[in-house]
Amino acid sequence: MTKNAVRIGTEPNPVVRWVILGVVGVVFAFPILAMIEFTFRDGLSGAHTLDHWTGLVSEDAARTYRNLFTAIGNSLLLAVVTVAIVLVVLLPTMILVHLQFPRLKRVLEFVCIIPITVPAIVLVVGLAPVYAVVVRVFGGSIWTLAFAYGITVLPYAYRAIQSNLDAVDVVTLSEAGRTLSADWGRVLWFVLLPNLKRGVLAASFISVAVVLGEFTIASLLNRVNLQTALLQVGQSDPYVAIIFALLALLLAFLLLLSIGRLGRPRRSGSGS
Amino acid sequence: MTLTAPTRTMSAEPGSGATVELRGVVKNYGAMQALSGIDLVMRPGEFVALLGPSGCGKTTALRALSGLETIDSGSILIDGVDVAAVPTNKRDIGMVFQSYSLFPHMTVVENVEFGLRMRRVAKADRRERATEALEMVGLGAHGERFAHQLSGGQQQRVALARALVTRPRVLLLDEPLSALDAKVRVQLREEIRRITRDLGITTVFVTHDQEEALAVADRVAVMRAGRIEQIGAPQELYATPANPFVADFVGLTSRIPGEVVDGRIVVHGIALPLLGDALPDGPAVALIRPEDVALAAAGDADAIEATVVESSFLGSLRRTSFQLEGGSLLSVQHDVGDHPQVGERAYLRLKRNAVAASVVTSEKSAI
Repeated sequence: MTKNAVRIGTEPNPVVRWVILGVVGVVFAFPILAMIEFTFRDGLSGAHTLDHWTGLVSEDAARTYRNLFTAIGNSLLLAVVTVAIVLVVLLPTMILVHLQFPRLKRVLEFVCIIPITVPAIVLVVGLAPVYAVVVRVFGGSIWTLAFAYGITVLPYAYRAIQSNLDAVDVVTLSEAGRTLSADWGRVLWFVLLPNLKRGVLAASFISVAVVLGEFTIASLLNRVNLQTALLQVGQSDPYVAIIFALLALLLAFLLLLSIGRLGRPRRSGSGS
Repeated sequence: MTLTAPTRTMSAEPGSGATVELRGVVKNYGAMQALSGIDLVMRPGEFVALLGPSGCGKTTALRALSGLETIDSGSILIDGVDVAAVPTNKRDIGMVFQSYSLFPHMTVVENVEFGLRMRRVAKADRRERATEALEMVGLGAHGERFAHQLSGGQQQRVALARALVTRPRVLLLDEPLSALDAKVRVQLREEIRRITRDLGITTVFVTHDQEEALAVADRVAVMRAGRIEQIGAPQELYATPANPFVADFVGLTSRIPGEVVDGRIVVHGIALPLLGDALPDGPAVALIRPEDVALAAAGDADAIEATVVESSFLGSLRRTSFQLEGGSLLSVQHDVGDHPQVGERAYLRLKRNAVAASVVTSEKSAI
C-alpha cells in the first residue's frame, strides 16, 4: 500500500479522532458545566457560594431532604431488583435460546426491542391495570416498580448481552465443558459467565443508569424515586435538585466507565 | 511454529480403553435421516476413523457417542452398558473439537485442570496431573499462557491434554486437525496416534481427509448418507473396497469406460480382473488407481495412446493426467524423472498384476 493510500474500514487518524472527541465533549460539557456553575450561585446576586453544597451535610439536611434521601434509597433498591431481573430472567433465557433454540433468536430480539419503540406514557397506560393486580399480589412496595423497569431496560440489556454472546463461541465452549464432566449449572458458572462478563456488566450498569434516570413511569404510577423527588425538591430548592442530578449523572458515568475496566479479560505476563 | 518434543508420557492404566458399540443407531433431523441404523463395534484401545464426505453423518455419530446429540433409536454401549440416556457429563469421555475450544478466560494449565476440578480432585493433585498431561503433549512450559497466546497446533495439543487428563474411557476427536496447516497436521496426527497407543485408550477419530484416516487408524469406517459403507483396516479398504463409493473415496481413482465380458472388464482392449460381485456382460466403468498405470513406449504391447493434459510435481513422485481416446481422463503416478509436457502424445500401460485394486461397476449403478 502506498504511503498516501486511504485505508477503508479503519479508525480515523489521531487528529480527526481528537477533533470528534472535542466537539462531542463540548456538546456534553456545556450543560454540565452550566449545571455546576448554577449550584454555586448565590440567588440572583450574581455572586458564588458553597452554601448549597455544604447545606447538604448540615445537621438539618437529613430532616429537610428526608424525602429525597428516601427516594435515593428507593431508586437504588429498584436498580438492584431490576438488575436481578435482568440476570435471573433475561440472561439465562438468552443463553438457552442461543444454545438450544437458535431459531427463536429473532423472536426474542423482537420481543426485547419492543419497549424502545413504545413511549413511556403509552407503556404506563398498559401497565396501570397490570399494576392493580401486582399491588394485590405483592403489595404496594416500591420494589414492585422493578417489574416495569425490567421491561424498559430490556432493549439495552438485550443488546449488551447479545453482542457478547455473538463474540464468543458459547456452543463449543459449553459442549467442551460438558464433555469435561461439568453439568449445566457448572458450565454456566465456570465457563459461560466468565466469558460473558463484559456483556453482563454492561447490561447491569446500563440498567442501573436507566433506572436512576427514570421519571415517567414512577410519576404516573404515583411512586417516589430519585427523579420524582428531584422534581419536588426542585420546586422549592432548585440548587439541591441540580446537585443531586449532577451526582446521579456522575454515578452513571462511573458505572459506564467501570464496564470497560471490570470487563477486561485476564492477560498472562508471558508473550507468545 | 516450533513444536517442542514431548518429554514425559502420562502413565497408562492397563485395560483403560473401553469396548464401544453402536447398535442400530438412528438419528433424524426432521425429515432428514442423519444416521440410518449405524452398527459399529470397537475393541478396547482401538483407534477407529470415521471417514466420509460432508453430511455423511460421521460427526453426528461422534456426537451421539458423546451424548451431545440424542438418538432416536438404537443403543450405544460403553463396556456393555447402554449410555444412550446418560448425559454427556457422566459418560466418562474426552473430546477434542474441530474449532479451538479452550476456555479463553483460563490459563493453559487451568484449562487442563478443568475436568479434574469438575470431578472434585484435590488442587495439588490436579495441578500435578495437569502439568504431567501438558508435558505429554510437549507444552509443559506453556502452562501460564492463555489460549490466544498459542498457535492453532498448540491449542489443539492443549485440548488433547485436557481431554486425556481425566483418563476417560473413550477419546473422541472431531476433525481436530482440519484447521491446522499441512505440516503441523501431519506432526500432530502422529503424536495423537502415539499418545493414544501409549495410553491404550479407545479412540474415535472423525475426518474427511482419507490420507489422515488411513495413516493413523487401526480401522477405518467409510460412511455415506448416514450408513457405514465399509469398515476395515486401511490396507483392506484400499486394496479391496466393498463398492465403487469406497473405491472412489479412498485413494485416487480414474473412471474409464469399458465392457464386462465373461467376468472380466475390457478397457481399451485390455482385459482386467473384476473386484467384488460378478457383473453381467455389458457396458461398465472401471475405477483405476494411478499407481496401477505406467508410462510406456510407443511400440509396447497393449500400450494405450493418450494426450498429456496436466502434470504435477509431488516431491517424491509426479502425477500426470492423460486424456484417452473417447475423452476419459486417466491419472498416472510415475517417477519424477519423467516429465511429460502438456499437449504431447504419450503411451500408457495398465499393470495387469496390480489391477485387482481396481473396481468395476455397471453404468447403471455408477456413482
